[in-house]
Amino acid sequence: MADSKHVIERPLSPHLQIYRPMLTMMMSIVHRITGCALFFGTILMLWWLIAAATGPTAYATFQWAAGSLIGRLVLFGYTWALFHHMLGGIRHFIWDTGRGFGVNEREWLARASLIGSIALTILIWIVAYAVRGGV
Amino acid sequence: MSEAKSSMRTPLGRVRGLGSAKSGTEHFWMQRVTAVANVPLTIFVVGLIISTAGSNYAAVKATLGSPIVAIPLILFVISVTWHMRLGMQIVIEDYVPAEGTKIVLLLLNTFFCVTVGLGSVFAILKLAFGV
Repeated sequence: MADSKHVIERPLSPHLQIYRPMLTMMMSIVHRITGCALFFGTILMLWWLIAAATGPTAYATFQWAAGSLIGRLVLFGYTWALFHHMLGGIRHFIWDTGRGFGVNEREWLARASLIGSIALTILIWIVAYAVRGGV
Repeated sequence: MSEAKSSMRTPLGRVRGLGSAKSGTEHFWMQRVTAVANVPLTIFVVGLIISTAGSNYAAVKATLGSPIVAIPLILFVISVTWHMRLGMQIVIEDYVPAEGTKIVLLLLNTFFCVTVGLGSVFAILKLAFGV
């Protein structure tokens, strides 16, 4: 908001490097990072849909890229970012009701969403491989 | 009415109730509205991607174009691109202090989200209407 034309030397409030890293703090930062990753990753969704709308050759190119080792790694990472961000969002819904701010509660919520995101990602990929027979 | 006399603000300014921040709770609220919508829609789309992964082109085209898939898929695209525009706006406003750069990035944010959103919707409609 402030227009910084005149730079005045003022004492600064403590920033990230001052604080001891804590789980809730890291989860907050990762929520923002996964949000940014998901933002740019929507390019893949656009590619998928446009390829399908364009024709068999374009779709085959997409399938080749998505099915390659790098493609699968990116999609695996994207799956985790998606579920981490989703569970982080559900944590925010709980906070929106005024609950879950206690010391133990917020620690528990942070652990649950982290473990949940990893578990869901692995589960989704097991289901995907089981349903599609390894393709 | 006594409040109106003591206040320096115009009646219109008071009704809008936005103050010097120039915006109210709309950003927060739409962020939450789209977040709520994103949860079931994302689960649907993840399921859709799993069920179409590795399918041949004709099957994928038929699935994505059928109304029962195309409609929630379009809702997903709109809700997600709206949500990510709001989120990236906050990131830019938090980390880019230079006014000019900030405005340029906010514009690019909007252009990106609208392009991804409408591009995706166009592709889905093309599949659905089979042109």
